[in-house]
Amino acid sequence: MNGAHDLGGMHGFGPVEIEAHEPVFHAEWERRVFALTLASAYAVKWNIDMGRYARELMPPAEYLATSYYEHWLFGLVKLLVDLNVITREELASSRAAGKTGYAALRLHEVEAYIRNRKHARVDTDVPPKFQVGDRVLTRNIHPIGHTRLPRYARGRYGNIHRDHGVFVFPDTNAMTRDRNPQHCYSVRFAARELWGPAASRRDSVYIDLWDDHLDPA
Amino acid sequence: MVRWSGVRYMIPAMSGHPQDEAHEGHESSLTGPALRVKALESLLVEKGLVDPQALDELIDTYERRIGPRNGARIVARAWVDPAYKERLLEDASAAIAEFGFVGRQGEDMVVLENTPSVHNMVVCTLCSCYPWPVLGLPPVWYKSAAYRSRAVIDPRGVLRELGLEIPEDVEVRVWDSTAELRYLVLPERPAGTEGWTESQLEEIVTRDSMIGVARVRVPPRAKR
Repeated sequence: MNGAHDLGGMHGFGPVEIEAHEPVFHAEWERRVFALTLASAYAVKWNIDMGRYARELMPPAEYLATSYYEHWLFGLVKLLVDLNVITREELASSRAAGKTGYAALRLHEVEAYIRNRKHARVDTDVPPKFQVGDRVLTRNIHPIGHTRLPRYARGRYGNIHRDHGVFVFPDTNAMTRDRNPQHCYSVRFAARELWGPAASRRDSVYIDLWDDHLDPA
Repeated sequence: MVRWSGVRYMIPAMSGHPQDEAHEGHESSLTGPALRVKALESLLVEKGLVDPQALDELIDTYERRIGPRNGARIVARAWVDPAYKERLLEDASAAIAEFGFVGRQGEDMVVLENTPSVHNMVVCTLCSCYPWPVLGLPPVWYKSAAYRSRAVIDPRGVLRELGLEIPEDVEVRVWDSTAELRYLVLPERPAGTEGWTESQLEEIVTRDSMIGVARVRVPPRAKR
């Protein structure tokens, strides 16, 4: 979706400021919403693409006016209600009407949950549509749903730099849990192709894109 | 099947809990999101969806145990061991797993080598993708609108502001983390560190150098 999360190339946000001695979390509620999100994802088993899409659904003006973990809070509540894990009445009253049927993440399971590889890579033999070196044109698409093709790179020419192998396709996995496995590539775009003649002749941006984002050029 | 609604859900801050009266008019020590998160956590605990002990463990892991010192060990090893460096650039996931740094947000790793002619920097314009097992959770600036918007359109300007002037004849490659590949920059080993041990080198490798927004420098008074 063409949301406020798709920030590449926007102007006006000011300088990048690196905070000295930056803490991992800046408030207790940030710690809690971080952990609540991971633990809820474990119990309810939504996928990472659904998690990202839920945050993208925050209205744009609000997205830009709030902090990172407020985005997480928004997305967490969105998923819990839309997946019928909690009801709007429970949310409004902060009182549980009953237990969920989901098995909660337990203390002794945390280490394995963090360390186990959750594969977005798929062991399925899907033939690649492109070879390293191929020139490609990204699709000019504006889906209302989730996509990992950023706005600044739509309708642009690039070259396949590397074939990462077969991966789950987030654009469908977020919307309908359709994993739709296909090749994911690192695609090189010249900075001038993306940004015009003011950009450096030497520089480039590498974006990871899937077969369904690309056409031969 | 997910039924995505167009509805935006409000969490009232601890409504119905008389012990919290902070949301009426003026603020107490807990404000906005803090109150709402507290209300949500108590609801989810009551529903049996989350276990507070597991939440504490998740927080402790990412706040205290996993961080950029992991990445620094990878970099230092690559600097002293050419065979390791070769493995790292060839199959980063496997080479990093040799140290036991595996798991969430680091399942498929790619290492990018900075050289005198190529400078790599990493961003996630769409969200906040970052290699957790080797760098921990991303800093605020990496997730900021300023960095996410500008890193792709004006990388040299961003680097200059952060104190890193890239000569015109050096190529800048920006890596936008739009998939589940996670990128770690292998910075250049600074001059003046010849003969240093791996652990000495490890100490000078910074988080920002592994994102590609800083060089590794020898601290002025570093002694061998």
